[in-house]
Amino acid sequence: MILMRTFLGAAAALAVSAGASLADPAVVFDLGGKFDKSFNEAAFGGAQRWAEETGGDYREIEMQSEAQREQALRRLAESGSNPVVMTGFAFGNVLNEVAPDYPDTSFVIIDMVVDQPNVRSVVFNEHEGSFLVGMMAAKASKTGTVGFIGGMDIPLIRKFACGYAQGVKSVNPDATVIQNMTGTTPAAWNDPGKGIELTKAQISQGVDVVYAAAGGTGVGVLQAAADENILSIGVDSNQNHLHPGKVLTSMMKRVDNAVYTAFTDGPGLETGVNVMGLSNDGVGYAVDENNAELVTAEMKTAVDEASAKIVSGEIAVHDYMSDNSCPVN
Amino acid sequence: MDFPTLIQILDSTLRLATPLLLACLAGLFSERAGIFDIALEGKMLAAAFASGAFAAISGSAWIGLAAGIGASVMLSLLHGLASITFRGNQLISGVAINFLAAGLTVLVAQHWFQQGGRTPSLLGDGRFSPIKLPLADTLSRIPVLGPIYSELISGHSILVYVAIICVPATWYVLFRTRFGLRLRAVGENPAAVDTAGISVVGLRFAAVVICGVLCGVAGAYLATGLQAGFVKDMTAGRGFIALAALIFAKWRPWFALYACLLFGLLQALALRYQNLDIAGIAVPVQLMDTLPYILTVVILAGFVGRAVPPRAGGEPYVKER
Repeated sequence: MILMRTFLGAAAALAVSAGASLADPAVVFDLGGKFDKSFNEAAFGGAQRWAEETGGDYREIEMQSEAQREQALRRLAESGSNPVVMTGFAFGNVLNEVAPDYPDTSFVIIDMVVDQPNVRSVVFNEHEGSFLVGMMAAKASKTGTVGFIGGMDIPLIRKFACGYAQGVKSVNPDATVIQNMTGTTPAAWNDPGKGIELTKAQISQGVDVVYAAAGGTGVGVLQAAADENILSIGVDSNQNHLHPGKVLTSMMKRVDNAVYTAFTDGPGLETGVNVMGLSNDGVGYAVDENNAELVTAEMKTAVDEASAKIVSGEIAVHDYMSDNSCPVN
Repeated sequence: MDFPTLIQILDSTLRLATPLLLACLAGLFSERAGIFDIALEGKMLAAAFASGAFAAISGSAWIGLAAGIGASVMLSLLHGLASITFRGNQLISGVAINFLAAGLTVLVAQHWFQQGGRTPSLLGDGRFSPIKLPLADTLSRIPVLGPIYSELISGHSILVYVAIICVPATWYVLFRTRFGLRLRAVGENPAAVDTAGISVVGLRFAAVVICGVLCGVAGAYLATGLQAGFVKDMTAGRGFIALAALIFAKWRPWFALYACLLFGLLQALALRYQNLDIAGIAVPVQLMDTLPYILTVVILAGFVGRAVPPRAGGEPYVKER
């Protein structure tokens, strides 16, 4: 019996050490793929940064179909990956079922809140970042009319639109913000043709800066803006390089920071809802060599000032999703 | 609505109607020959991918166009093989091609370019740029007619003009040539054509190949004319709207033009006026988006009367029993 216990103990110790050595973090990319120039690519960038800085290894899975979600999460959890980070709200339901089965694994979901003891939910204050790019749009606009083109008409996208409109009005109360949604089905994320037509329609109504929060449709919006020689604003990742000199800035959602932090925190990371806003560099605007000439010093000062005021609470940006309405439009 | 706005809406109508029109004429050739083709969507998608990919690699929109036509014709031949040679069900073959194109394009695009199932953005000669017709600038100062010429008629990519020219060309081929007569006969009464000693299989294959070419141009227009590259599912149901337009037009080329322009106009209006106010009642954008479909049903049911498809449509031809 004693012998038996010793053996068991040794086996358990082995198992634990094996588990520890295997505890590489993992990241699961959603359907867009890790090189989508946007959301998933940002997550990939964060994971890559972590790997370069620490010399560590991580595992990754790219979703190829809806049906793989649960399988992917279970496989990673069972093979000892910890923590497991997934990008996109679409994992919400699956994670809610999978997480209780692996209480020792930490999960991180981005853009969705999942209420489980071993899950960290990372959400972003998109309205704050949109407010800042709205200010820049109003300052860059000569006609006083700016545009917004959203993807699928869901509250999250309204949140972008509402923050943007508030930013525009804070600079120029008389400005007109023309808002269009591409559609009401998921196809609206991938219809650049419609994005182009919407942009052209907005341009003919006087718009000279357009902000696209529309996934793949946004590629069309930025294209049409560059073709017609007006300014555009990208979203999620830094999209300034897509049309150098034609993209005013990009509203960055620092998904890379969320992934990087999760990887750095490692197994047993702090769970609960983690809100990433201006105060912790979760959102922001992009300036690089592609748009340096477009962003004037005056613009930058004003935006940075407003950013500080939002952080301190002096300016309150209304969150559309808090009451499903927007004070300005 | 002032005059410049009207011009802009009509301009947008023309751009939106072009892929519909090409796909509609493609379906017209195929269905007039008795081969129902619900794979217009899939062929356009495959052509859009092939043209986007090859234009990106070669840097030439013309090579892209050729590749797009090639991809579309391949799928057409597959449809022909399944439904003409092996006498399979045309609808099932069409559905299969739609699924095949939706999956294969993204898979190959991901494998070649690793950009999440899209092709790299096209620059410069990789796209069909707008063509300015002669005298467009000089004439633009003439009131009314000037803007119509310089903004509405001039300034489209060459494929738009190709699509418009295809309408009289289709009419001429189908109704004024021997080939057209035989093609129509094969869709109405293949046995009679066979009795006259003409190959039914050959004619039907010719029809599906023409269908493939036109779908190829439509797809290439989407990826290299209207936009700058391929993205997943970029046809977004246009192939099915083209089918509706085809029924609406009762399988006739000129009416196909009118139907596609009407659908294009409705889409342009929906894009321009997302929340239309008519006498104080706000019309939601969802209603505007469904208008083409509602209109098809209403007009078919009430105004144009019965749309009778070619009699032998959907039936594989069996020489002897």
